[in-house]
Amino acid sequence: MIRDLVIVGSGPAGYTAAIYAARAQLNPVLYEGSVTAGGALMTTTEVENFPGFVDGVMGPELMESMRKQAARFGTELITDDVVEMDLTGEIKTVKDGSGNVVQARAVILATGSAYRHIGLANEDRLSGRGVSWCATCDGFFFRDQTIAVVGGGDSAVEEATFLTKFASKVVLIHRRDSLRASKIMAERALNNPKIEMLWNTEVVDILGENKVEALALKNTVTGELSQRDFTGLFVAIGHIPRSELIVGQIDCDNEGYVKVEGRSTRTNLSGVFACGDLVDHTYRQAITAAGSGCQAALDAEKFLSH
Amino acid sequence: MATSKVTTANFDEVVLKSSTPVLVDFWAEWCGPCRAIGPILEDISNEYGDKLKIVKLNTDEESAIAIKYGVTSIPMLNVYVNGEVVKTIIGAKPKPALLKELEAFI
Repeated sequence: MIRDLVIVGSGPAGYTAAIYAARAQLNPVLYEGSVTAGGALMTTTEVENFPGFVDGVMGPELMESMRKQAARFGTELITDDVVEMDLTGEIKTVKDGSGNVVQARAVILATGSAYRHIGLANEDRLSGRGVSWCATCDGFFFRDQTIAVVGGGDSAVEEATFLTKFASKVVLIHRRDSLRASKIMAERALNNPKIEMLWNTEVVDILGENKVEALALKNTVTGELSQRDFTGLFVAIGHIPRSELIVGQIDCDNEGYVKVEGRSTRTNLSGVFACGDLVDHTYRQAITAAGSGCQAALDAEKFLSH
Repeated sequence: MATSKVTTANFDEVVLKSSTPVLVDFWAEWCGPCRAIGPILEDISNEYGDKLKIVKLNTDEESAIAIKYGVTSIPMLNVYVNGEVVKTIIGAKPKPALLKELEAFI
């Protein structure tokens, strides 16, 4: 059977695309990912800026609602990973982790992004041994300890603030002299007595035999090197697009983001649409991802009707 | 066989003194990736439970054991053979990847 539409990815972009596509009778199948279902919001806590939720909403709860809404209109949800895609022909094929193959005339890519690593040799070795990318998952284990967060954007500031619930002290390490995070969040962090700012500083090494014991630091202005004891390091220096399955067959920019035509979600491949964090270096919000998921479904619907 | 719950009170008996390998899933309610791999571990337990016993330890309720085994990141899966940790898997992984890591025990 050749289907109309396959959606790959299950953050706000993927689920919103599914809601629109299902309501347009395209009978979409949506691959959620076996462990990544729900996307980046699954590891956040309170989302305060999604319109319509006056008192905020928990990230996982918001995603569960979007999922139910997609299912309600008949989206076929598959909790598995896509491991292979061939998008170049008129009929696209998508293969999943269980070996099933789905064929469709159109594909919406909404695979989102993954955490960026600092790129230090000891980072992976000590991952899960003090180095973490998820404050909501791991913060609990650093009760009454002194820990570091590296980064200067919204996620770094949010993680640092969240971690003060557990840690005795959180040092926010940033290579510049001001935060990139939104004002309200930056102020909250700067006014938090448990957070200490370490400006113009880079992490150059993570030290420790079997667990994180200290960080080697470098002042980005003076070049001065120093070392400071920490039992944990939370890395929040941004994201990289998850385009690894499709680079080579679809046009991406030099950072790996899928290129789309103008304000549409059309890629260079006919019948292939991309949305959410996979195409967006700039805004990266739940609401913008949802908006672009909607656009992708409308673009796909128009394509399929011709 | 379905997974079962392990606590401080029965950790010795269920895990350390077990005659078959035991996988302990260190998890918590508030951890999204832990909830994501829950059903995968149920599956693996149903398929391979006779060779590898899978038990779940709630790190909120049993924090002493979590600290003892140096848990700083969940989900963390430890495989115990004759009371010793012989394998540690950190972070949520898809089922094929988990099965590959657990190959030696199933």
